[in-house]
Amino acid sequence: MSATEPISEERRAEITRIQELIYELKIGQIMTRKLIAMSPEQTMAELKDVLRINRISGAPVVEGGKLAGVISIEDLIKALESGEKEARIRDKMATNVQTVYQDESVVSAVNRFAQFGYGRLPVLDRSGELVGIVTQGDVVRGLLKRMQIEYQEEEIHRYRASHIFEDIVSDQTGLILRYRVKAKDFVSGGEASSKLKRALGRLGAPPQVARRVAIATYEAEMNIIIHTDKGGEIIAEIMPERIRIVATDSGPGIPDVEQAMQPGYSTAPDWIRELGFGAGMGLSNIQACADKMTLNSTMGVGSRLEIVFQVK
Amino acid sequence: MTTVADIVDKLALQVRTGTGTLRDRPVTGGYASDLLSCVMAGARKGDVWVTLQAHPNVIAVAVLLELAAVIITEGAQPDPETLKKAEAEDVPVLTTTDNTYVVVTKLAALGVLGASS
Repeated sequence: MSATEPISEERRAEITRIQELIYELKIGQIMTRKLIAMSPEQTMAELKDVLRINRISGAPVVEGGKLAGVISIEDLIKALESGEKEARIRDKMATNVQTVYQDESVVSAVNRFAQFGYGRLPVLDRSGELVGIVTQGDVVRGLLKRMQIEYQEEEIHRYRASHIFEDIVSDQTGLILRYRVKAKDFVSGGEASSKLKRALGRLGAPPQVARRVAIATYEAEMNIIIHTDKGGEIIAEIMPERIRIVATDSGPGIPDVEQAMQPGYSTAPDWIRELGFGAGMGLSNIQACADKMTLNSTMGVGSRLEIVFQVK
Repeated sequence: MTTVADIVDKLALQVRTGTGTLRDRPVTGGYASDLLSCVMAGARKGDVWVTLQAHPNVIAVAVLLELAAVIITEGAQPDPETLKKAEAEDVPVLTTTDNTYVVVTKLAALGVLGASS
């Protein structure tokens, strides 16, 4: 990826997830448990064989079950250069050792790697017993593994949602979503349509269809907010081949439905217009998005708007 | 590719929300109107929307249409509720004392164009 290329949303979500994970994951979950430890009485020559055979670059030094120090490949190189391969590990190891506890977040290990430039940190339990070792490689592997698990879980999630119509068999399977809309609640305006759009995305509806449904539902939602006194509700009936939206309210009703359908016709009071609503295009917008639209209204009783979208 | 960050830079806009992601948001076009129904009908995904409306429904519209950013003109101040909603939905809200026409001409000079009907 070049520096100028914008980071995609998925990528951004991944990066944020890694940042969260280093706080969520505990060191004990990612550390290496299989301990290859040295005794202080062993020689540097023995260390050389242990490092080579196990393909590791350092090891904790344990005496009487307790951590006594850490010896690394750098210490070995220095000893070999000065011809001290028979020297005891006790005399060459680092004794002022930074450790981490297994119940600490991975972030404390990451911080110590960065701060001190260590390649590995011995991991202790709260009784001070050595239980493992954590390297920078363990951190990377641990994060990747966890992200892989989460990715698979999300895939299963999406798979389940998008296959609901295949998995649940009936002569006609549909999913009903009901949203209540409060009158004059401009702050929540658009919430029902946003939620519905998200649900359609998860169910695997084509983005173009989801967008048309969202625009039409938004207009219906705003009509209930602006024009009614008691609010109303929006019911979305989702089927594999079509989506039906029914918006109902209990008044006041539309005096002349045909006139209300005309682009630009509006009854909105000035204060509504100042908010940017009441352009009188709501119903004609809905009609432009929908495959079929039916509006019934009785003065003093209420209105019922039905909008149908073909998915295939 | 023009991003929201480029526009903020060239038009000296004030960034009210979405500071962290401006560079990652491509702007593919522009739209200007203060009537939300017109915006719902006319704005396209990736557009930057120029308006002097500043209430919370502006954010609802921007989210539904997946707009790149909202530029609020003539020094109009977005309500705290608007900013809260924008922050929650990750919509960049930018403000300026310029009027809508001036902002649009500046955007056009940057190659940010609208769709003619």
